[in-house]
Amino acid sequence: MSISTDDAAKVAGLARLNPAPEKITQFADQFNDILDYMQKLNELDTSGIEPLYTPVTHETVFRDDEVLKEYSREELLGNAPETDGNYFIVPRIVG
Amino acid sequence: MSAYEAVIGLEVHAQLRTRTKIFCSCSTEFGREPNSNVCPVCTGMPGVLPVLNRRAVEYAVKMGLAVDCTVNPRSVFARKNYFYPDLPKAYQISQYELPLAEHGRLRIATNGDEKTIGITRIHMEEDAGKSIHSATENKSFVDLNRTGVPLIEIVSEPDLRSADEAVAYLKALRAILVYLEICDGNMEEGSFRCDANVSIRPKGALELGTRAELKNLNSFRHVHKAIEYEISRQAVLLVDGEKVTQETRLFDVDKGITVSMRGKEEAHDYRYFPDPDLVPLLIAPELLADMGRSIPELPQAREARFITEYGLPEAAAQTLTAEKDLADYFEAATRLYPEPQKVSNWILSDLLRELNQAKTAAVDSPLTPEHLAELLGMIDSGQISSRIAKQIFPDVFTTKASPQEIVERKGLAQISDTGTLEAVVDSILTANPKEVEAFKSGKTKLMGFFVGQVMRQTKGQANPDLVNKLIMEKLQ
Repeated sequence: MSISTDDAAKVAGLARLNPAPEKITQFADQFNDILDYMQKLNELDTSGIEPLYTPVTHETVFRDDEVLKEYSREELLGNAPETDGNYFIVPRIVG
Repeated sequence: MSAYEAVIGLEVHAQLRTRTKIFCSCSTEFGREPNSNVCPVCTGMPGVLPVLNRRAVEYAVKMGLAVDCTVNPRSVFARKNYFYPDLPKAYQISQYELPLAEHGRLRIATNGDEKTIGITRIHMEEDAGKSIHSATENKSFVDLNRTGVPLIEIVSEPDLRSADEAVAYLKALRAILVYLEICDGNMEEGSFRCDANVSIRPKGALELGTRAELKNLNSFRHVHKAIEYEISRQAVLLVDGEKVTQETRLFDVDKGITVSMRGKEEAHDYRYFPDPDLVPLLIAPELLADMGRSIPELPQAREARFITEYGLPEAAAQTLTAEKDLADYFEAATRLYPEPQKVSNWILSDLLRELNQAKTAAVDSPLTPEHLAELLGMIDSGQISSRIAKQIFPDVFTTKASPQEIVERKGLAQISDTGTLEAVVDSILTANPKEVEAFKSGKTKLMGFFVGQVMRQTKGQANPDLVNKLIMEKLQ
């Protein structure tokens, strides 16, 4: 599998990034370097081995359904670049 | 349209009625001040970890079992990546390759025809927040109270063939969720939402046509209208030799049509991958068994029982069991007054009218099953006529006073005293000599006229049986 400059441009678009054309070429090359390196792993025969979704081995962790409020609204809105004290304010999204 | 058949699959999102969100301890309470039910986890602060709500899992398992799904002993949460400000992490935690439950089915009935609809999968995910867009400034206002509220997404097989079937399926699904007490089923507030995938193909064809995904369907009526419109829109395209485009279309409520959401399509590359913040979800056999035991009698079983046990007509049984609390109301009243047919008639006519007018659920009805039983008992004992019972029904409903109290307060008790009624009957007969003559010469239909006159004079309080008897005696 290899990544073309079109693929790289598409991924950039999905991330809402608009890099210069030479950057796109550079990223596509870097993608391919990473994939080539990962290709080494494909040399191993993994047929019959269950896919590993997480290296963490402990069992399902549940939380009880009990309400807890640890932070005030002011504290949480305090991290926002813009707020009116009620809402997070962002540049307008045409919905 | 006759040359084509529609193929419809539905995706339903149901909000689970947990106290807290799916991955954090924030309250799920609806209608609070914006951003008051939020914390670092659901606002997507760096370095936080989601921890799964046990009750949300239990509810999802219950739904899986209720629609005959296989609940997977192991399922995996995945990140669905997209950018929108009401999704602060820039991904939604959902399930993809390994959902919680699969391969279920649901029986539906439309116009007397029964049919089984396959359920592809049920998976768990988190809800997104809400944004309000300013009309004047370059600003959107984001409220994250709903972000992280637990949802299950229930995906049907493309087994539905008409708008009627789609609505029947949705109603059956909603009734089960409400019976399980895991979702309030409110479509307007968005706790029960539906998207419809609609395509058409020549009748008898096996290959599926290109589908459109319909959104903004927030009532059963809208679902029906939108699907009907979409089917005819696609048929016109095919007849004209054009092609259906695969796209998302919004239902325009005012115009009753579906409109393309152009330009959104390229964003449909969600690049799902397993969420490394969450370990695979293992469903222990004990949890599965516990949930299986906790499933109550479901609407379709209850409807069937209402028909056999109480001898109710199918339509009545269906209406009574559509909402769990109405069925509970019926059974409570029937225990107190064991004439199911009568109880059912009064509920379906008088009680439902009052409940609809007051926008109240049966469980909160001010006119209790005890009141209804008392009222029916008073008719049987001859204390009031059924006409008076109908008349005071709304009074009991609004004042919560017992029927007995209201009858006494308003002096509405039925007149069953022969002496009193005889006087009234005599005065009516004397005042209408022509009618009396006619009756005697064979116009027995005039009986109704005499009874009516007596009832009018007694304001409906005369015992009708006694009135009949007295008039007959006098005219013989």
